[in-house]
Amino acid sequence: MTEALSQLAAHIGLKRPDLAEDACSIAHDELTVKIGLSDLFEFVRFLKADPACQFTTLVDITAVDHPERVKRFDMVYHFLSMWQNQRIRVKFELREDEMVPSITELHPSAGWFEREVFDMFGILFSGHPDLRRILTDYGFRGHPLRKDFPTTGYTEVRYDEALKRVVYEPVNLVQEYRQFDFMSPWEGAEYILPGDDKAQGEKGGGQ
Amino acid sequence: MMDGSASGDVLTKEQKIRNFNINFGPQHPAAHGVLRMVLELDGEVVERADPHIGLLHRGTEKLMESRTYLQNLPYFDRLDYVAPMNQEHAWCLAIERLAGIEVPRRGSMIRVLYSEIGRVLNHLLNVTTQAMDVGALTPPLWGFEEREKLMIFYERACGARLHSAYFRPGGVHQDLPPDLIDDIEAWTETFPRVLDDIDTLLTENRIFKQRNADIGVVTEEDIQNWAFSGVMVRGSGLAWDLRRAQPYECYNEFDFQIPVGKNGDCYDRYLCRMAEMRESTKIIRQAIEKLRREPGDVLARGKVAPPPRAEMKTSMEALIHHFKLYTEGFRVPAGEIYAAVEAPKGEFGVYLVADGTNKPYRAKIRAPGYLHLQAMDHVAKGHLLADVAAIIGTMDIVFGEVDR
Repeated sequence: MTEALSQLAAHIGLKRPDLAEDACSIAHDELTVKIGLSDLFEFVRFLKADPACQFTTLVDITAVDHPERVKRFDMVYHFLSMWQNQRIRVKFELREDEMVPSITELHPSAGWFEREVFDMFGILFSGHPDLRRILTDYGFRGHPLRKDFPTTGYTEVRYDEALKRVVYEPVNLVQEYRQFDFMSPWEGAEYILPGDDKAQGEKGGGQ
Repeated sequence: MMDGSASGDVLTKEQKIRNFNINFGPQHPAAHGVLRMVLELDGEVVERADPHIGLLHRGTEKLMESRTYLQNLPYFDRLDYVAPMNQEHAWCLAIERLAGIEVPRRGSMIRVLYSEIGRVLNHLLNVTTQAMDVGALTPPLWGFEEREKLMIFYERACGARLHSAYFRPGGVHQDLPPDLIDDIEAWTETFPRVLDDIDTLLTENRIFKQRNADIGVVTEEDIQNWAFSGVMVRGSGLAWDLRRAQPYECYNEFDFQIPVGKNGDCYDRYLCRMAEMRESTKIIRQAIEKLRREPGDVLARGKVAPPPRAEMKTSMEALIHHFKLYTEGFRVPAGEIYAAVEAPKGEFGVYLVADGTNKPYRAKIRAPGYLHLQAMDHVAKGHLLADVAAIIGTMDIVFGEVDR
């Protein structure tokens, strides 16, 4: 398995000299190719057309948010070749203000995946035929899977008996949202045990 | 609708005809859940289908980021609630591959056994309710009777009929009692007869054939373009099955066939599902035979699994381990992994990004139904309105996994 993957990696490196030298990496029997944002469309076209690759099935498109980085998002594409029985992962980093070229022309199945990434992360895709929200409510605001979006959200809905319709209201928690952190304090957990804050008289630190 | 009344058609002898837009769902029984679909109709012919999904969106992926790996497992039962254990399987595989955990053989065989029971559960529901969508009422009644028996097997293994949380990272939660294995075997002997009964009801039924044959034809090109998987692929003649192509667990030890269709229409997919149920029964029988021969532990007793109950009564370390496991949870080494299983509906995958803590940094759930439903516009275009119900049925859409 790994041998076939390293062959594939070598083949990709040979055919695409524009990629960085350490672009291909194999971990846990999976091949990951790191590319630049501008190479995306051409690289996906190459993966689809090249007779040794034939990655004609798009498995998944998603993003990962790293708010502490300048290039905040990781865009991750997974492809499958039913003909070669191989999988590949294509990754690149993205700033918040950058747009990603849509690959719906090459893979019509990318349509909903890109809509979902737009919905969940607010990443825009240029050339997408129908970039609407998909999973969230009509008229929803914000992008839920960003790390700075609270898990509770901002609005809640209830049926109002007087108005005879569903109304939107700001979230009102009867009890504070509990985020249990059971990581051992001596292994890098960042929280203050109840009472410790009084002993120190200063913010942060703990213990 | 015609609105040419006042537009001067008396002079031109022409009528202005506007296409008719209807809302299919979200409360339509043939929508298999909460699907709102805006259909543009020209007479009775579908011109455009725009599925609006997300009415069952529960933010699973967001919730998973703030829970430990083990606490996240039950969320997978709530995705495709028709075959819950198959989803858990993908999550366990992702963790195991990333952490390098070896599953004990018996645990692995129980997983195969219950994955196949899940497949039968799913196909029974799908085949029979699809038949209901096209007008037959008896099949679901017969099918649900068998489903009930299978869910009792679920219950006897893990205590819950649906939300089982039985597969755990490192194996399965508990070993099966011997009489349960006997009962499952007894069931495999009676089940083919039930399948034969459903067969006689549907396969040669004139109405069923008229409603399904040549409807929703999927070509090889469509499969690639729309990233189909599972029966949607096999119904069109491609023998693509992850159990065979990229074997996981101990599937490569089992002897089973991959049924394929010929025409890629709803009827062939129905036949494929019926044949797959028979194949699954075969796998179940083989798994039972293996389980009887090979006793052993069902969980990899390491950092990810609790210590045996008896040991906790005497060993302080075991007690601490148990407490830490269920509060702090175990750590998964940093890295990323994509693990996929051949769920009954197609390729169900989990993309997991771990950062070395006890919670996943990001988990993406790749559900087969999401892609199948996406192709609705492409497949349903040019069909009649009544065929839309048949196509939704054959795509095997369950909103738990589509909306996540």
